[in-house]
Order: sequence, then structure tokens, then C-alpha cells
Amino acid sequence: MNEKLKGFIEEAGWPRVIIGLFLLSLFVAAPFVQVRVDASISDTLVRFGMNGILVLAMVPMIQSGCGLNFGLPLGIIAGLLGAVTSIQLAFTGMLGFLTALAIAIPLAALFGTAYGLLLNRVKGDEMMIATYVGFSSVAFMCMMWLLLPYTSPTMIWGYGGSGLRTTISVEGYWLHILSDFLSVQVGEYFYIPTGMFIFFGFMCFLMWAFLHTKTGTAMTAVGSNPEFARASGIDVNRMRVVSVVLSTVLASIGIIVYQQSFGFVQLYMGPFYMAFPAVAAILLGGASVHKASMVNVVIGTFLFQGILTMTPSVINSLLQTDMSEVIRIVVSNGMILYALTRKVQVKR
Amino acid sequence: METTPLLRMEHIGKEYFGNRVLADVSFTLEKGQILGLVGENGAGKSTLMNILFGMPVIGQTGGFEGKVLLDGKEVVFADPLDALDAGIGYVHQEFSLIPGFSATENILLNRESTKYNFLVEVFGDRLETLDRPHMRERAEKAITTLGVDLDPEMIVTEMPVGHRQFTEIAREIDRENMKLLVLDEPTAVLAESEAQVLLQGMKKLAAQGISMIFISHRLQEIMDVCDKILVLRDGRVIQEAKTHETSVRQIAGWMVGRKMEEAAEARPADRIFGEPLLKVEHLWVDMPGETVRDVSFDVRQGEIFGIGGLAGQGKLGIGNGIMGLFPAGGKVFLGEAPIYLNDPRFSLSAGMAFVSEDRRGVGLLLEEPIEWNIVFTAMQTQDAYIRSLLGGLVKWRDDKAIAAASKEYIDALEIKCTSGRQRAVELSGGNQQKVCLAKAFAVKPKLLFVAEPTRGIDVGAKRLVLDTLRRTNREFGTTIVMTSSELEELRSICDRIAIVDEGRISGILPPTAPVEEFGLLMLGTTGNGNGENEADRMVYHNE
Repeated sequence: MNEKLKGFIEEAGWPRVIIGLFLLSLFVAAPFVQVRVDASISDTLVRFGMNGILVLAMVPMIQSGCGLNFGLPLGIIAGLLGAVTSIQLAFTGMLGFLTALAIAIPLAALFGTAYGLLLNRVKGDEMMIATYVGFSSVAFMCMMWLLLPYTSPTMIWGYGGSGLRTTISVEGYWLHILSDFLSVQVGEYFYIPTGMFIFFGFMCFLMWAFLHTKTGTAMTAVGSNPEFARASGIDVNRMRVVSVVLSTVLASIGIIVYQQSFGFVQLYMGPFYMAFPAVAAILLGGASVHKASMVNVVIGTFLFQGILTMTPSVINSLLQTDMSEVIRIVVSNGMILYALTRKVQVKR
Repeated sequence: METTPLLRMEHIGKEYFGNRVLADVSFTLEKGQILGLVGENGAGKSTLMNILFGMPVIGQTGGFEGKVLLDGKEVVFADPLDALDAGIGYVHQEFSLIPGFSATENILLNRESTKYNFLVEVFGDRLETLDRPHMRERAEKAITTLGVDLDPEMIVTEMPVGHRQFTEIAREIDRENMKLLVLDEPTAVLAESEAQVLLQGMKKLAAQGISMIFISHRLQEIMDVCDKILVLRDGRVIQEAKTHETSVRQIAGWMVGRKMEEAAEARPADRIFGEPLLKVEHLWVDMPGETVRDVSFDVRQGEIFGIGGLAGQGKLGIGNGIMGLFPAGGKVFLGEAPIYLNDPRFSLSAGMAFVSEDRRGVGLLLEEPIEWNIVFTAMQTQDAYIRSLLGGLVKWRDDKAIAAASKEYIDALEIKCTSGRQRAVELSGGNQQKVCLAKAFAVKPKLLFVAEPTRGIDVGAKRLVLDTLRRTNREFGTTIVMTSSELEELRSICDRIAIVDEGRISGILPPTAPVEEFGLLMLGTTGNGNGENEADRMVYHNE
């Protein structure tokens, strides 16, 4: 028994065991402070589904040795452009959702290529440069959101008659289009967004399958030892660009899935900090800066989003004041800090 | 002589992780003597000097055996600073100068002459003013002692290499209690004329009573300045001799010679080779530290062709260049087909494979399973172990075929591992090398380049690796070009051996040629074909 436990802990890694136990204790404590467990679990599941693909977007770049994709906002912007264009065209339901994807993916591929070519010139400093690619693209788009000629009345500022609003509702277009597919509602509070899970699972499968192809194998080798890959006739730079494109495309898909569940398209500074929770989640899941698997994605997203959902509500109820936003910021940034300090150790 | 020698090292021995690099080395050095320390790369010269200096690496790896006596007293240096205090100076192969400082500032670094000013009262001695005129005097004195022409105000970045080397030496001379100076290949970067000046300087210093240990690959220099010579080979003292009683040729023989019987064993009398398979014409390769300048040779079908030479002379660059790993030029033909250089994929597809000398850096995916390491190159260049799905749209990795194929290689090469899924980093050096060989065999090459196949692996594994190469050559007719620093290894397996010196082939010999011939080719003291280089040396020889 003891041996088994030791084996399990070694397999999962101490950080995950500790955070898992902490999350469990939060669920146990919840009923005592009048927080509904079923609603909490449901919240956690929904957030898990919303963020899963954004975390998955980290995998290709980690595998190819480009490090953590702090430039995630770039892909998210492609997704946002897809979303607002689809609303502008006034497509609703599944058609609207698919249109958003159809516009976002080629854009993301385009952005990703340029971003990948840039990263190839700064080998060794990818993560630093990526962070600023993300930040500056957000800043640039802050201007573009005002200037782009969108006209749909649901999206533009009421008073001036031009420029997009900061928050745009997708209600009436494709709200919960994935989440509600085959969804399960138990009682008033418990809800499982089955469709979103299926879609997330499908994306994970595609990523897994890709890593089992010849190109995927080559990409992993590039991340593991670029010199080896080059000596085996691999075009290292090309593989890196492919990985960056994949990551950017996944980010654009991820944000659209996020929006259909969340209900709003957040422009302007919305994408600014999106990279950090995704980075933290995959590191918490046990990925290193060089290796990541689907398991890391799933476990990491669940733990990170679980803590993020539970800590504010439980502590809020304990303290009997409303400071959930403060706690959320403290917890999420604390976890990011923790996860980033882990990254060196995990590497070995 | 009855006086106590300045330095006496007694029965020095050293092991690195069970690997013996020095055994029972003893020698003495009198005041004002110059000792020439010669040996091949890896003979133990650097380790011996590291022990003398108390370099931390020695202590960290378990200390050493034997005693070091300075002026008859046993000394143990905990770190190089202690050695400096005791009057031992070290002039490194690489420069350790501050680029933006002048010669004077570098020479007197941290030993500057200073003057009092009032800030000292507040902040202490560290804030004394530099006494520049006095510093200049001291620097000039050191430079004059060395007998070279060096401007004390010149900034290091503006100096020719020779002057930088002089600055380094002058810095050691300035120390007041300097008794013993170790010079590690100080002439390697110098032109012949500069080297001459340096050698003159060394003689002057010796006349003033400073002893020196001089490490150099240029035997003629050793002959010129040293009083006696210590030849190391495989961590043992092979010969200690007075310079005037020996010759360059004899020293070369001591350096490289080894048990001859072993080399000659099991060599079939006459092997028959086919047409030339590889033709190399005027190849140059820009590989850092292993520059190839102008190399031409042919390798015949079925032959094992050896490339030897000292480190840094360019022997490793040849294979790396032909395989496209470093920028290269010139003409290379495989059979009739020209090889486009600078494109690893092309070289691989043409039917060549390469086992890199940099096993961990280039040869292996350390974090990945052994299976991947073995099949990766074949998979990527020949679509082996790939299943086409959806009409060729998806190239799926066939893990079953990979496992089966790598199991075969693991069994055939006796790779010791728990399974093919084990990560390559967990294997011992010898087994890692076998994985590298398996990787090359999996490509089924017509021509196989092997670089330093036995570096850093133990004796048993060495034997296995060499046997494997020989078997592959005999059974499958694979032509092999093997590069190695170990001459004996080349002589035991190769049909012909080319020796590379300063980026050029200084000669091609049969393995049965006397060992001195090889030694002389390596040291560039004789040779055929590289004109100007040769002329330089001849002039030098006559002086």
C-alpha cells in the first residue's frame, strides 16, 4: 500500500499531489461555508472546458523547443477577428460559429508564420520576445478595433456610431453553441457542457495524432536536440515555424470556444493577460519547457481552473466580505509565479 | 647535483570516475631549468598541470595520489590562488586578458602601485589612487625581462595575437616571488618569428633562475629551449630524457608508439577493393577549432579509410563537412554523383551516414527513448517505419515496426538497456555509442563516416565498437571512413591512414608503416604535398 502510494506520488509529482489535495479540501470545506458543491463542480467543469484549448495551444511550441508560447494573444487576436467578422456577417447558430473559425484559422496561420519567422531569428530568447509580440500585438489591435470598418449595431459604440465596443455579447449569435450540445442539466445548479468537452477532446486527439506522424516526430526531435535533427536532415527552422503556426491556430480556435461559453467577445485589453493562465496551467500539469503531453494539459487545466474557481468563493464566504476579485488575482498570479519558478526544476 | 630540486612530483596518479588518466608520474625540475612536457591529446598533460595548481576540478573528483614538493617541502594547494602565492604562474592556452585595458593595466591587474588620497580615510585602501608612472615602470621592466617589443600603453583589442600572449607572460613575470612558470602551448597562436622571440625570452628568464614547464606540440621548439623532456602517454611517463641526447624523430616515436603486436593482429594479407567510391577534391570546411583548408583523397569501395592527426588540426572537419553539418566547399563525389555540400539531407539521401564525435551534442536525442534514436534518421530521410494513412496524406509513425527494428539492433550490438523505451541519457557512454552506430546502420549506408567512435568509453566497449565496424565492413561491404585521435585504433582496423595537419593531409600511410612515420606526419615535421607550410618549417628547422 505504502509502496503504491509512493509510486503514485512519484508518477504524478509532488506539486500536483499537493495542489490536488488542496483543491479537494476546498470542495470538502465548501458546504460548511454555505457554498454549493454542485454549483462549484459545475463552474470548475465549465471553466475547464473554456480554457482547455488555450492550454493545448502551448504543446506544439514546447515540443519544438520554442518554449512556452507567451505570444498567445497573437492567436487570440486572430480568433477575435474571426468572431467579430462572423457577427458582422450576421450568421447565427452553428453557421456563425463555423464562420468564425473559418475566418480565424487562416488569419492565425498567417500571423503564426510571421511570428515563427521572427522567433527563428532570436533562438534562445524565444519566451522574452514572445511576451512582447503578444503585448505589442494587443496594443496595435487596440487602435485597429476602433478603425476597422465594422458596422453591425450590436458591436459598435452607441454614441459615435463607429469603432467596436470593449465587450460584445454573442447572445443571439452563437452563445453556448458547443456547450449546450448534448449537455446535461441536473437540478438547478449542476450543468455539464458535454459538447465543449467533446470538441476539446477532439482537439486533443488531433494534437496527439499529429505528434505520432512523421512531421510530429521530427518536431519533437527538434525540440529535444536541434543539432541531432539537423544531422538527420531535418529543416529545423521550418519545423519551428510549423509549431508556432499550430500553436497560434489553436489559440484562435481556443478563444472562440471560450467566447461561446463565456457569452462575450472581449476586445482591446482582453487578450493582454490570456497567455499567463495558460502557461501556468500547463506547467502545473507537469510539463517542462521541453516536453508536454495531453495528460499535462488536462490535469493542469483542471487543477488551475479548479483552484481559481474555488478559492475566491470559499474564502469569500469565510471572511463574509466581497473581495472575490482581489482573491482571484492573488491566487491566479500566485499560481503563475509558483508554476514559473517550477519550470527550471522540472526540466532536469 | 645535491641541491634540493625546485619542484618534485612523486608518484602522481589520478582517476576520473574509475577511469585512470594518470599513473605513477614522477619527475623533478631544478632551478632555472626548462622542462618540455609532450604527449598526445589526452595523454594526461593537462591533468598533471591541474594537480600542480590545485584546480578545484581535481578535489571535486576525489583528489589525487602522490606528493608535490616545492623547494623540498610538501605542498597541497586548495585552489590556484594558493599556487600563485607559492610562486607558480600559469600561462593559459586561451587568453585571460581584459580587452579594453592597456598592456600595463593587464600586467598589473590587482597588483597595481597605488598612492594615498583622503578618501582612504573614509572608505579604506580600495580607494587609493593608481600610481601610473610607477605602474608603467614595472610593466616596462617585465617586458624588458621577457625581451620583447611591446608597447605598454597599447589596448589589448588593438594588439596582434602575439603581443597578447606576451602580455599574459609579462603578467606572470611581474610577480615578485615567481619561481616556476607553466606555459601551455604558448606558441600555438604565434607566427614563427614571434615564437622565436618568445623562445628567446624564455631562455633569458631561465638564465635568471626561473624554472619553466613548457607544453607544446611543436617538437622543434621543445628541442630548442628545453633542458630535458618528459614524454607522457596514456597517463604514464614513457620517457624522461636530456634534450641533447635525443631527436625529434625519437620523441615522436615515444609519443605515439604503443604495443605493436596488438595492432598487427588479424589483418588479412591482401584485401581487394573496388572502384573509388568517394572522391574528395580540394575540400575546405569551416568548422570552428577543426578547420579543413585543402584536402583531397579517394576512398575505394569496401575499404576502411582512417583519418588521424592531433586535435584541432582539422581531421574532424572532413566528415562533418561532407555530411553538410558545417559550411564547406570543394568537390565531393560519391561514385559518379556529385554531392551538394551544406545540405545534410542530401548527403544522407545519397547513401552516406555519420556517427558524430559529439555524441551527446549531435549524436543522440538524450531525452527520448533508444528506439527513436535508432530509427529517427532512417524514418525522416527514407520514410522507413512509416505507414501511409488516408492515401498518403498522413504519414503515421509505425511504433511496432520501430520497436521490432530497434530490438534487432539492440540484440546485435549488445546494447545494455532495460528496453527500447529507455531514455538514451540513462545509458553508459559505451552503450550510447552503440546506439549512435545503430542509428547509422539503420540508414543502410553505402559509406559510413565514424568520428572518434571510442572516445570516452571503456576498454571492453571499445573492442566491441571496433569489432562491429569491422564486421559491418566485411559482411555488408560498407565502406567506412573513420576519424580518430587514437592512432593505435586506426592502425588496428584501417586499410590506409591519412594524417591531417593544419587543415591539410600531410601524408597517407599503410597501417603497417613504422609508428615514427605517423608521429612525424602529425607534427608536420616532414610530409609531402603542402608546399608553403613545408617551406616555413624548413627555415625554422635550420635556425
